[in-house]
Amino acid sequence: MGEIPESGRDDADLRFLGAGMTAPDLEAWFVREILPLEASLMQFLRHNWRDRSDIEDLRQEIYVRVCEAAEKERPKAARSFVFAIARNLLIDLVRKEQIVPIEAVTDLELLGIELDAPSPDRSAIAKDELRRLQNALDQLPPRHRQAVVLGRIEGLTGREIAARMGIAESTASDHLKLGMHALTDLYLRETADIRRRT
Amino acid sequence: MRAPEQGTMRREGATEIDLLAADWLQRQQFWAWSEADQTALDTWLAESRAHRVAYWRQKAVWMNAQRLVALRPSNMPSGREANAKSTSLLSRLMTHPFRVAAAFAIVALAGGASAYFLSPLPDRVYATALGGHETVTFADGTRVELNTNTVLRAQMTNNRRVVWLDRGEAFFQVKHDPARPFTVIADGHRITDLGTKFDVRRDAGGLEVALLEGKVRLGSANNAAPSRQAMLAPGDVATVSGGAMSIQAEPIQSLTEELSWRRGVLVFKYRTLADVAAEFNRYNGKKIVIADAEADKLMIFGTFRTQDVDLFTRVTQKALGLTVRDEGNQILISR
Repeated sequence: MGEIPESGRDDADLRFLGAGMTAPDLEAWFVREILPLEASLMQFLRHNWRDRSDIEDLRQEIYVRVCEAAEKERPKAARSFVFAIARNLLIDLVRKEQIVPIEAVTDLELLGIELDAPSPDRSAIAKDELRRLQNALDQLPPRHRQAVVLGRIEGLTGREIAARMGIAESTASDHLKLGMHALTDLYLRETADIRRRT
Repeated sequence: MRAPEQGTMRREGATEIDLLAADWLQRQQFWAWSEADQTALDTWLAESRAHRVAYWRQKAVWMNAQRLVALRPSNMPSGREANAKSTSLLSRLMTHPFRVAAAFAIVALAGGASAYFLSPLPDRVYATALGGHETVTFADGTRVELNTNTVLRAQMTNNRRVVWLDRGEAFFQVKHDPARPFTVIADGHRITDLGTKFDVRRDAGGLEVALLEGKVRLGSANNAAPSRQAMLAPGDVATVSGGAMSIQAEPIQSLTEELSWRRGVLVFKYRTLADVAAEFNRYNGKKIVIADAEADKLMIFGTFRTQDVDLFTRVTQKALGLTVRDEGNQILISR
Protein backbone atom coordinates (compact mmCIF):
# COMPACT_ATOMS: atom_id res chain seq x y z
CA MET A 1 0.00 0.00 0.00
CA GLY A 2 2.63 2.45 -1.04
CA GLU A 3 1.88 5.92 -2.21
CA ILE A 4 0.70 6.10 -5.75
CA PRO A 5 2.29 9.04 -7.45
CA GLU A 6 -0.26 11.43 -8.87
CA SER A 7 1.20 11.01 -12.34
CA GLY A 8 0.61 7.31 -12.15
CA ARG A 9 -3.11 7.68 -12.38
CA ASP A 10 -4.85 7.52 -15.66
CA ASP A 11 -7.64 9.70 -16.81
CA ALA A 12 -10.38 7.33 -15.85
CA ASP A 13 -9.26 7.46 -12.24
CA LEU A 14 -8.94 11.19 -12.21
CA ARG A 15 -12.54 11.57 -13.18
CA PHE A 16 -13.54 10.33 -9.80
CA LEU A 17 -10.83 11.99 -7.83
CA GLY A 18 -9.39 15.47 -8.04
CA ALA A 19 -12.04 18.11 -8.47
CA GLY A 20 -14.67 15.73 -9.71
CA MET A 21 -17.06 13.63 -7.70
CA THR A 22 -17.62 10.00 -6.89
CA ALA A 23 -20.97 8.48 -7.72
CA PRO A 24 -22.63 8.86 -4.29
CA ASP A 25 -21.33 12.42 -4.02
CA LEU A 26 -22.62 13.16 -7.46
CA GLU A 27 -26.06 11.88 -6.58
CA ALA A 28 -26.15 13.92 -3.38
CA TRP A 29 -24.99 17.02 -5.21
CA PHE A 30 -27.49 16.50 -8.00
CA VAL A 31 -30.36 16.11 -5.56
CA ARG A 32 -29.29 19.08 -3.45
CA GLU A 33 -28.23 21.59 -6.08
CA ILE A 34 -29.87 20.66 -9.36
CA LEU A 35 -33.28 19.17 -8.66
CA PRO A 36 -34.56 22.28 -6.85
CA LEU A 37 -33.99 24.20 -10.09
CA GLU A 38 -36.39 22.03 -12.04
CA ALA A 39 -39.37 24.38 -11.83
CA SER A 40 -37.26 27.26 -13.21
CA LEU A 41 -35.66 25.05 -15.81
CA MET A 42 -39.02 23.84 -17.10
CA GLN A 43 -40.23 27.41 -17.24
CA PHE A 44 -37.15 28.34 -19.24
CA LEU A 45 -37.63 25.44 -21.66
CA ARG A 46 -41.29 26.16 -22.20
CA HIS A 47 -40.51 29.77 -22.99
CA ASN A 48 -37.79 28.90 -25.41
CA TRP A 49 -38.89 25.79 -27.20
CA ARG A 50 -41.98 25.58 -29.35
CA ASP A 51 -42.51 21.87 -29.41
CA ARG A 52 -43.86 20.91 -26.03
CA SER A 53 -43.38 17.23 -26.75
CA ASP A 54 -39.62 17.74 -26.69
CA ILE A 55 -39.48 19.38 -23.30
CA GLU A 56 -39.07 16.29 -21.13
CA ASP A 57 -36.30 15.01 -23.38
CA LEU A 58 -34.57 18.38 -23.28
CA ARG A 59 -34.78 18.48 -19.53
CA GLN A 60 -33.29 15.05 -19.23
CA GLU A 61 -30.52 15.74 -21.68
CA ILE A 62 -29.61 18.83 -19.67
CA TYR A 63 -29.40 16.73 -16.50
CA VAL A 64 -27.23 14.19 -18.26
CA ARG A 65 -24.87 16.89 -19.50
CA VAL A 66 -24.77 18.57 -16.11
CA CYS A 67 -23.78 15.31 -14.45
CA GLU A 68 -21.29 14.45 -17.10
CA ALA A 69 -19.56 17.76 -16.54
CA ALA A 70 -19.79 17.49 -12.78
CA GLU A 71 -18.06 14.12 -12.84
CA LYS A 72 -15.00 15.95 -14.10
CA GLU A 73 -15.27 19.13 -12.15
CA ARG A 74 -17.88 20.26 -9.77
CA PRO A 75 -19.29 23.60 -10.89
CA LYS A 76 -19.17 26.37 -8.35
CA ALA A 77 -22.49 27.99 -9.14
CA ALA A 78 -25.02 25.31 -9.92
CA ARG A 79 -27.73 27.64 -11.08
CA SER A 80 -25.82 29.54 -13.74
CA PHE A 81 -24.15 26.30 -14.76
CA VAL A 82 -27.48 24.57 -15.43
CA PHE A 83 -28.86 27.47 -17.41
CA ALA A 84 -25.67 27.84 -19.44
CA ILE A 85 -25.94 24.18 -20.41
CA ALA A 86 -29.62 24.59 -21.20
CA ARG A 87 -28.95 27.56 -23.41
CA ASN A 88 -26.10 25.82 -25.22
CA LEU A 89 -28.21 22.76 -25.81
CA LEU A 90 -30.97 24.79 -27.40
CA ILE A 91 -28.52 26.65 -29.60
CA ASP A 92 -26.86 23.38 -30.64
CA LEU A 93 -30.19 21.88 -31.58
CA VAL A 94 -31.21 24.87 -33.61
CA ARG A 95 -27.97 24.69 -35.55
CA LYS A 96 -27.76 20.94 -35.95
CA GLU A 97 -31.32 20.24 -36.86
CA GLN A 98 -31.70 23.40 -38.86
CA ILE A 99 -34.86 24.17 -37.07
CA VAL A 100 -36.36 27.52 -37.82
CA PRO A 101 -34.85 29.71 -35.16
CA ILE A 102 -36.70 29.62 -31.94
CA GLU A 103 -37.63 33.07 -30.82
CA ALA A 104 -34.06 33.63 -29.81
CA VAL A 105 -32.92 32.07 -26.63
CA THR A 106 -34.34 34.65 -24.35
CA ASP A 107 -32.26 36.35 -21.80
CA LEU A 108 -32.73 34.64 -18.52
CA GLU A 109 -33.25 37.94 -16.81
CA LEU A 110 -36.37 38.52 -18.85
CA LEU A 111 -37.90 35.42 -17.40
CA GLY A 112 -37.35 36.67 -13.93
CA ILE A 113 -34.84 33.97 -13.28
CA GLU A 114 -32.05 35.50 -11.33
CA LEU A 115 -28.86 33.63 -11.61
CA ASP A 116 -27.46 34.85 -8.36
CA ALA A 117 -30.63 35.00 -6.36
CA PRO A 118 -29.87 34.83 -2.68
CA SER A 119 -31.06 31.56 -1.32
CA PRO A 120 -34.03 31.92 0.97
CA ASP A 121 -33.52 30.91 4.55
CA ARG A 122 -33.73 27.26 5.36
CA SER A 123 -36.88 27.26 7.37
CA ALA A 124 -38.74 29.08 4.63
CA ILE A 125 -37.59 26.48 2.14
CA ALA A 126 -38.63 23.68 4.43
CA LYS A 127 -42.10 25.11 4.93
CA ASP A 128 -42.47 25.65 1.25
CA GLU A 129 -41.44 22.09 0.55
CA LEU A 130 -44.05 20.79 2.93
CA ARG A 131 -46.74 22.80 1.16
CA ARG A 132 -45.57 21.67 -2.26
CA LEU A 133 -45.51 18.06 -1.24
CA GLN A 134 -49.06 18.26 0.06
CA ASN A 135 -50.21 19.94 -3.12
CA ALA A 136 -48.50 17.36 -5.29
CA LEU A 137 -50.11 14.53 -3.35
CA ASP A 138 -53.52 16.15 -3.59
CA GLN A 139 -53.26 16.40 -7.36
CA LEU A 140 -52.68 12.71 -8.00
CA PRO A 141 -55.54 10.73 -9.54
CA PRO A 142 -57.51 9.11 -6.69
CA ARG A 143 -56.35 5.51 -7.18
CA HIS A 144 -52.70 6.46 -7.59
CA ARG A 145 -52.96 8.74 -4.64
CA GLN A 146 -54.47 6.02 -2.50
CA ALA A 147 -51.68 3.61 -3.39
CA VAL A 148 -49.05 6.23 -2.61
CA VAL A 149 -50.68 7.16 0.69
CA LEU A 150 -50.97 3.53 1.77
CA GLY A 151 -47.39 2.83 0.76
CA ARG A 152 -45.60 5.97 1.77
CA ILE A 153 -47.70 7.24 4.65
CA GLU A 154 -49.14 4.12 6.16
CA GLY A 155 -46.15 1.98 5.40
CA LEU A 156 -47.98 -0.96 3.86
CA THR A 157 -46.21 -3.43 1.59
CA GLY A 158 -47.22 -3.88 -2.02
CA ARG A 159 -49.18 -6.99 -1.20
CA GLU A 160 -51.04 -5.26 1.62
CA ILE A 161 -51.84 -2.32 -0.63
CA ALA A 162 -53.32 -4.67 -3.21
CA ALA A 163 -55.40 -6.39 -0.53
CA ARG A 164 -56.54 -3.11 0.99
CA MET A 165 -57.56 -1.66 -2.35
CA GLY A 166 -59.07 -4.94 -3.50
CA ILE A 167 -57.01 -5.04 -6.68
CA ALA A 168 -54.51 -7.38 -8.30
CA GLU A 169 -50.90 -7.04 -7.22
CA SER A 170 -49.85 -6.11 -10.73
CA THR A 171 -52.42 -3.30 -10.67
CA ALA A 172 -51.16 -2.09 -7.30
CA SER A 173 -47.65 -2.12 -8.71
CA ASP A 174 -48.83 -0.01 -11.65
CA HIS A 175 -50.60 2.46 -9.40
CA LEU A 176 -47.45 2.85 -7.33
CA LYS A 177 -45.30 3.36 -10.39
CA LEU A 178 -47.60 5.95 -11.94
CA GLY A 179 -48.23 7.62 -8.60
CA MET A 180 -44.52 7.96 -7.89
CA HIS A 181 -43.83 9.27 -11.35
CA ALA A 182 -46.56 11.90 -11.16
CA LEU A 183 -45.64 12.88 -7.61
CA THR A 184 -42.06 13.53 -8.71
CA ASP A 185 -43.09 15.76 -11.60
CA LEU A 186 -45.72 17.62 -9.63
CA TYR A 187 -43.50 18.18 -6.66
CA LEU A 188 -40.45 19.35 -8.54
CA ARG A 189 -42.44 21.61 -10.82
CA GLU A 190 -44.73 23.26 -8.40
CA THR A 191 -43.52 26.82 -8.32
CA ALA A 192 -41.49 27.51 -5.29
CA ASP A 193 -43.19 30.57 -3.89
CA ILE A 194 -40.44 31.72 -1.66
CA ARG A 195 -37.94 31.86 -4.45
CA ARG A 196 -40.13 34.27 -6.32
CA ARG A 197 -40.71 36.40 -3.32
CA THR A 198 -37.11 36.61 -2.31
CA MET B 1 -31.07 -2.46 -28.00
CA ARG B 2 -30.34 0.19 -25.46
CA ALA B 3 -29.38 3.68 -26.33
CA PRO B 4 -25.64 4.14 -26.17
CA GLU B 5 -24.20 6.32 -23.48
CA GLN B 6 -23.22 9.19 -25.69
CA GLY B 7 -25.45 11.08 -28.00
CA THR B 8 -28.47 13.21 -27.69
CA MET B 9 -32.10 12.69 -27.21
CA ARG B 10 -34.83 10.57 -28.73
CA ARG B 11 -33.33 7.14 -28.40
CA GLU B 12 -35.24 6.27 -25.27
CA GLY B 13 -37.71 9.00 -24.43
CA ALA B 14 -37.25 10.80 -21.14
CA THR B 15 -40.76 9.96 -19.98
CA GLU B 16 -40.18 6.32 -20.77
CA ILE B 17 -36.99 6.33 -18.72
CA ASP B 18 -38.68 8.17 -15.87
CA LEU B 19 -41.41 5.56 -15.77
CA LEU B 20 -38.86 2.77 -15.77
CA ALA B 21 -37.04 4.46 -12.91
CA ALA B 22 -40.28 4.80 -10.95
CA ASP B 23 -40.99 1.16 -11.61
CA TRP B 24 -37.58 0.07 -10.32
CA LEU B 25 -38.05 2.15 -7.24
CA GLN B 26 -41.53 0.86 -6.40
CA ARG B 27 -40.43 -2.72 -6.97
CA GLN B 28 -37.51 -2.20 -4.66
CA GLN B 29 -39.62 -0.52 -2.00
CA PHE B 30 -42.79 -2.56 -1.98
CA TRP B 31 -42.23 -6.03 -3.32
CA ALA B 32 -39.96 -9.00 -2.76
CA TRP B 33 -36.46 -7.90 -3.70
CA SER B 34 -33.70 -10.43 -4.33
CA GLU B 35 -29.98 -10.23 -5.02
CA ALA B 36 -30.80 -10.87 -8.65
CA ASP B 37 -33.18 -7.92 -8.68
CA GLN B 38 -30.51 -5.68 -7.22
CA THR B 39 -28.04 -6.83 -9.85
CA ALA B 40 -30.55 -6.12 -12.57
CA LEU B 41 -31.11 -2.63 -11.19
CA ASP B 42 -27.38 -1.98 -10.92
CA THR B 43 -26.97 -3.07 -14.51
CA TRP B 44 -29.74 -0.79 -15.65
CA LEU B 45 -28.22 2.12 -13.76
CA ALA B 46 -24.79 1.42 -15.22
CA GLU B 47 -26.21 1.54 -18.72
CA SER B 48 -26.50 5.29 -18.96
CA ARG B 49 -26.38 8.59 -17.16
CA ALA B 50 -29.94 9.15 -18.23
CA HIS B 51 -30.99 6.09 -16.25
CA ARG B 52 -29.02 7.15 -13.20
CA VAL B 53 -30.31 10.68 -13.25
CA ALA B 54 -33.90 9.50 -13.68
CA TYR B 55 -33.56 7.07 -10.81
CA TRP B 56 -31.95 9.65 -8.51
CA ARG B 57 -34.70 12.05 -9.32
CA GLN B 58 -37.55 9.67 -8.47
CA LYS B 59 -35.75 8.47 -5.38
CA ALA B 60 -35.06 11.98 -4.12
CA VAL B 61 -38.70 12.99 -4.17
CA TRP B 62 -39.82 9.68 -2.72
CA MET B 63 -37.35 10.01 0.15
CA ASN B 64 -38.37 13.58 0.69
CA ALA B 65 -41.99 12.51 0.92
CA GLN B 66 -41.00 10.19 3.71
CA ARG B 67 -39.69 13.08 5.74
CA LEU B 68 -43.14 14.53 6.07
CA VAL B 69 -45.25 11.50 6.52
CA ALA B 70 -42.50 9.33 7.78
CA LEU B 71 -43.81 6.06 8.91
CA ARG B 72 -41.53 3.22 8.08
CA PRO B 73 -43.01 0.15 6.49
CA SER B 74 -44.16 -1.76 9.46
CA ASN B 75 -46.52 -4.17 10.94
CA MET B 76 -47.99 -2.43 13.85
CA PRO B 77 -47.07 -3.86 17.22
CA SER B 78 -49.34 -6.79 17.58
CA GLY B 79 -48.33 -9.57 19.90
CA ARG B 80 -44.59 -9.16 19.95
CA GLU B 81 -44.11 -5.60 21.10
CA ALA B 82 -47.09 -5.62 23.38
CA ASN B 83 -45.77 -8.66 25.17
CA ALA B 84 -42.30 -7.22 25.43
CA LYS B 85 -43.79 -4.22 27.15
CA SER B 86 -46.07 -6.09 29.47
CA THR B 87 -43.67 -6.22 32.38
CA SER B 88 -43.07 -2.53 32.39
CA LEU B 89 -46.74 -1.91 31.79
CA LEU B 90 -47.59 -3.89 34.87
CA SER B 91 -45.01 -2.18 37.00
CA ARG B 92 -46.05 1.19 35.68
CA LEU B 93 -49.63 0.38 36.49
CA MET B 94 -48.67 -0.40 40.03
CA THR B 95 -46.73 2.78 40.57
CA HIS B 96 -49.05 4.92 38.51
CA PRO B 97 -51.41 6.97 40.63
CA PHE B 98 -54.40 4.97 39.63
CA ARG B 99 -56.91 4.90 42.41
CA VAL B 100 -58.06 1.44 41.77
CA ALA B 101 -59.78 0.24 44.89
CA ALA B 102 -58.57 -3.05 46.18
CA ALA B 103 -62.09 -4.35 45.89
CA PHE B 104 -61.76 -4.33 42.12
CA ALA B 105 -59.96 -6.87 40.16
CA ILE B 106 -57.21 -5.36 38.18
CA VAL B 107 -56.89 -6.87 34.81
CA ALA B 108 -53.57 -6.07 33.34
CA LEU B 109 -53.78 -6.48 29.67
CA ALA B 110 -50.89 -8.09 27.93
CA GLY B 111 -51.44 -8.26 24.23
CA GLY B 112 -55.11 -8.76 24.85
CA ALA B 113 -54.49 -12.44 25.33
CA SER B 114 -53.81 -13.12 28.96
CA ALA B 115 -55.37 -11.51 31.95
CA TYR B 116 -54.28 -11.52 35.55
CA PHE B 117 -57.06 -11.65 38.02
CA LEU B 118 -55.96 -10.31 41.33
CA SER B 119 -59.35 -10.57 42.91
CA PRO B 120 -62.50 -12.27 41.69
CA LEU B 121 -65.16 -9.60 42.09
CA PRO B 122 -68.00 -8.67 39.75
CA ASP B 123 -66.61 -5.42 38.40
CA ARG B 124 -63.49 -5.79 36.39
CA VAL B 125 -61.15 -2.94 35.80
CA TYR B 126 -59.18 -2.63 32.66
CA ALA B 127 -56.53 0.02 32.46
CA THR B 128 -53.80 1.19 30.17
CA ALA B 129 -50.86 3.34 31.09
CA LEU B 130 -49.74 6.43 29.19
CA GLY B 131 -48.99 5.33 25.67
CA GLY B 132 -50.71 2.00 26.17
CA HIS B 133 -53.07 0.34 23.75
CA GLU B 134 -54.82 -2.89 24.56
CA THR B 135 -57.70 -4.98 23.34
CA VAL B 136 -60.16 -6.87 25.53
CA THR B 137 -62.45 -9.51 24.14
CA PHE B 138 -65.41 -10.36 26.32
CA ALA B 139 -67.02 -13.78 26.48
CA ASP B 140 -69.88 -12.60 24.27
CA GLY B 141 -67.44 -11.71 21.49
CA THR B 142 -67.61 -7.99 22.09
CA ARG B 143 -64.24 -6.35 21.59
CA VAL B 144 -63.08 -3.21 23.31
CA GLU B 145 -59.87 -1.44 22.43
CA LEU B 146 -58.43 0.84 25.05
CA ASN B 147 -56.38 3.80 23.97
CA THR B 148 -53.71 5.52 26.04
CA ASN B 149 -54.26 6.38 29.68
CA THR B 150 -57.66 4.76 29.93
CA VAL B 151 -59.60 3.18 32.76
CA LEU B 152 -62.66 1.11 32.04
CA ARG B 153 -64.85 -0.99 34.31
CA ALA B 154 -67.09 -3.73 33.10
CA GLN B 155 -70.00 -5.57 34.64
CA MET B 156 -71.32 -8.49 32.66
CA THR B 157 -74.34 -10.28 33.98
CA ASN B 158 -76.90 -12.58 32.46
CA ASN B 159 -79.26 -9.80 31.60
CA ARG B 160 -77.10 -6.77 31.03
CA ARG B 161 -73.70 -5.59 29.98
CA VAL B 162 -72.48 -2.31 31.39
CA VAL B 163 -69.16 -0.62 30.91
CA TRP B 164 -68.01 2.55 32.65
CA LEU B 165 -65.40 4.61 30.89
CA ASP B 166 -63.79 6.32 33.84
CA ARG B 167 -61.25 8.05 31.74
CA GLY B 168 -59.57 7.99 28.35
CA GLU B 169 -60.83 6.55 25.13
CA ALA B 170 -62.13 3.22 23.91
CA PHE B 171 -63.41 1.76 20.70
CA PHE B 172 -66.27 -0.72 20.93
CA GLN B 173 -67.28 -3.46 18.55
CA VAL B 174 -70.37 -4.83 20.15
CA LYS B 175 -72.01 -8.15 19.51
CA HIS B 176 -75.62 -7.16 19.60
CA ASP B 177 -77.90 -9.11 21.87
CA PRO B 178 -81.42 -7.76 22.46
CA ALA B 179 -81.71 -9.83 25.61
CA ARG B 180 -78.59 -8.25 27.10
CA PRO B 181 -78.28 -4.63 26.10
CA PHE B 182 -74.81 -3.19 26.03
CA THR B 183 -74.38 0.18 27.68
CA VAL B 184 -71.43 2.49 28.09
CA ILE B 185 -71.59 5.06 30.83
CA ALA B 186 -69.21 7.98 30.56
CA ASP B 187 -69.15 11.45 31.98
CA GLY B 188 -72.73 11.35 33.11
CA HIS B 189 -74.02 9.98 29.84
CA ARG B 190 -75.32 6.67 28.73
CA ILE B 191 -74.61 5.22 25.33
CA THR B 192 -76.82 2.30 24.46
CA ASP B 193 -75.73 0.05 21.69
CA LEU B 194 -78.11 -1.17 19.11
CA GLY B 195 -75.55 -3.32 17.26
CA THR B 196 -72.54 -1.34 16.32
CA LYS B 197 -68.98 0.00 16.25
CA PHE B 198 -68.30 3.22 18.05
CA ASP B 199 -65.66 5.23 19.85
CA VAL B 200 -66.03 7.01 23.17
CA ARG B 201 -63.50 9.52 24.33
CA ARG B 202 -63.50 11.63 27.44
CA ASP B 203 -61.08 14.31 28.41
CA ALA B 204 -61.05 17.64 30.17
CA GLY B 205 -63.05 19.13 27.32
CA GLY B 206 -65.96 16.72 27.72
CA LEU B 207 -67.26 13.63 26.03
CA GLU B 208 -67.13 12.60 22.41
CA VAL B 209 -68.97 9.71 20.83
CA ALA B 210 -68.25 8.78 17.25
CA LEU B 211 -70.30 6.16 15.46
CA LEU B 212 -68.68 4.12 12.73
CA GLU B 213 -71.36 1.53 12.07
CA GLY B 214 -74.81 0.63 13.30
CA LYS B 215 -76.86 2.67 15.71
CA VAL B 216 -76.49 3.96 19.24
CA ARG B 217 -78.62 6.03 21.54
CA LEU B 218 -76.98 8.71 23.60
CA GLY B 219 -78.61 10.29 26.63
CA SER B 220 -78.12 11.24 30.21
CA ALA B 221 -77.13 8.48 32.59
CA ASN B 222 -79.37 9.94 35.23
CA ASN B 223 -82.64 8.09 35.03
CA ALA B 224 -84.36 10.57 37.28
CA ALA B 225 -83.71 13.39 34.83
CA PRO B 226 -84.55 12.07 31.40
CA SER B 227 -82.89 14.68 29.29
CA ARG B 228 -82.60 14.93 25.57
CA GLN B 229 -81.73 11.77 23.81
CA ALA B 230 -80.06 11.47 20.50
CA MET B 231 -79.97 8.60 18.06
CA LEU B 232 -76.65 8.52 16.22
CA ALA B 233 -76.20 7.32 12.67
CA PRO B 234 -72.92 6.16 11.13
CA GLY B 235 -70.54 9.07 10.69
CA ASP B 236 -72.11 11.08 13.49
CA VAL B 237 -69.84 12.59 16.07
CA ALA B 238 -71.61 13.76 19.21
CA THR B 239 -69.83 16.14 21.51
CA VAL B 240 -71.03 16.80 25.00
CA SER B 241 -69.48 19.66 26.87
CA GLY B 242 -70.82 21.36 29.96
CA GLY B 243 -74.26 19.87 29.45
CA ALA B 244 -74.57 20.96 25.83
CA MET B 245 -74.72 18.31 23.16
CA SER B 246 -73.95 18.83 19.53
CA ILE B 247 -73.93 16.34 16.71
CA GLN B 248 -71.96 16.67 13.57
CA ALA B 249 -71.92 14.32 10.59
CA GLU B 250 -68.44 13.47 9.34
CA PRO B 251 -67.39 11.42 6.36
CA ILE B 252 -66.68 7.87 7.52
CA GLN B 253 -63.21 8.25 6.04
CA SER B 254 -62.28 11.02 8.44
CA LEU B 255 -63.63 8.98 11.35
CA THR B 256 -61.36 6.15 10.33
CA GLU B 257 -58.48 8.57 10.50
CA GLU B 258 -59.51 9.74 13.94
CA LEU B 259 -59.53 6.13 14.97
CA SER B 260 -56.06 5.52 13.60
CA TRP B 261 -54.84 5.14 17.19
CA ARG B 262 -56.22 1.62 16.90
CA ARG B 263 -53.39 0.92 14.50
CA GLY B 264 -50.90 2.66 16.78
CA VAL B 265 -50.63 5.72 14.62
CA LEU B 266 -51.86 9.28 14.65
CA VAL B 267 -53.04 10.65 11.34
CA PHE B 268 -53.12 14.39 10.95
CA LYS B 269 -54.56 16.18 7.97
CA TYR B 270 -53.95 19.86 8.14
CA ARG B 271 -54.16 20.05 11.89
CA THR B 272 -52.56 22.88 13.79
CA LEU B 273 -49.33 22.27 15.61
CA ALA B 274 -51.19 22.99 18.86
CA ASP B 275 -53.70 20.20 18.15
CA VAL B 276 -51.00 17.79 17.18
CA ALA B 277 -48.96 18.51 20.30
CA ALA B 278 -52.04 18.04 22.50
CA GLU B 279 -52.71 14.73 20.78
CA PHE B 280 -49.15 13.51 21.33
CA ASN B 281 -49.33 14.58 24.94
CA ARG B 282 -52.14 12.12 25.50
CA TYR B 283 -49.71 9.31 24.77
CA ASN B 284 -46.44 10.39 26.24
CA GLY B 285 -45.12 11.37 29.62
CA LYS B 286 -42.70 13.91 28.30
CA LYS B 287 -44.98 16.72 27.23
CA ILE B 288 -44.58 18.91 24.19
CA VAL B 289 -44.93 22.58 25.02
CA ILE B 290 -45.27 25.11 22.25
CA ALA B 291 -43.90 28.38 23.47
CA ASP B 292 -45.00 30.51 20.58
CA ALA B 293 -48.52 31.59 19.65
CA GLU B 294 -47.61 31.91 15.99
CA ALA B 295 -46.01 28.48 15.78
CA ASP B 296 -49.21 27.09 17.29
CA LYS B 297 -51.04 27.79 14.07
CA LEU B 298 -48.70 26.00 11.69
CA MET B 299 -50.35 23.14 9.88
CA ILE B 300 -49.28 19.53 10.03
CA PHE B 301 -50.01 16.79 7.57
CA GLY B 302 -48.67 13.39 8.33
CA THR B 303 -48.83 10.11 10.11
CA PHE B 304 -46.84 9.27 13.19
CA ARG B 305 -46.62 6.41 15.54
CA THR B 306 -48.27 7.46 18.74
CA GLN B 307 -45.06 7.23 20.68
CA ASP B 308 -42.66 8.57 18.13
CA VAL B 309 -42.34 12.04 19.60
CA ASP B 310 -38.84 12.01 18.29
CA LEU B 311 -39.96 11.84 14.71
CA PHE B 312 -42.49 14.56 15.34
CA THR B 313 -39.89 16.91 16.75
CA ARG B 314 -37.55 16.15 13.87
CA VAL B 315 -40.29 17.07 11.43
CA THR B 316 -41.09 20.29 13.22
CA GLN B 317 -37.42 21.09 13.23
CA LYS B 318 -36.67 20.22 9.64
CA ALA B 319 -39.93 20.80 7.84
CA LEU B 320 -41.26 23.73 9.80
CA GLY B 321 -37.92 25.18 10.76
CA LEU B 322 -38.79 25.51 14.42
CA THR B 323 -36.42 25.27 17.32
CA VAL B 324 -36.82 22.20 19.47
CA ARG B 325 -35.31 22.04 22.93
CA ASP B 326 -35.39 18.91 24.98
CA GLU B 327 -35.53 20.05 28.58
CA GLY B 328 -35.59 16.60 30.12
CA ASN B 329 -39.09 16.64 31.51
CA GLN B 330 -40.61 18.45 28.56
CA ILE B 331 -39.91 19.40 24.98
CA LEU B 332 -40.06 23.06 24.19
CA ILE B 333 -40.87 24.13 20.64
CA SER B 334 -40.40 27.70 19.56
CA ARG B 335 -39.43 29.75 16.57
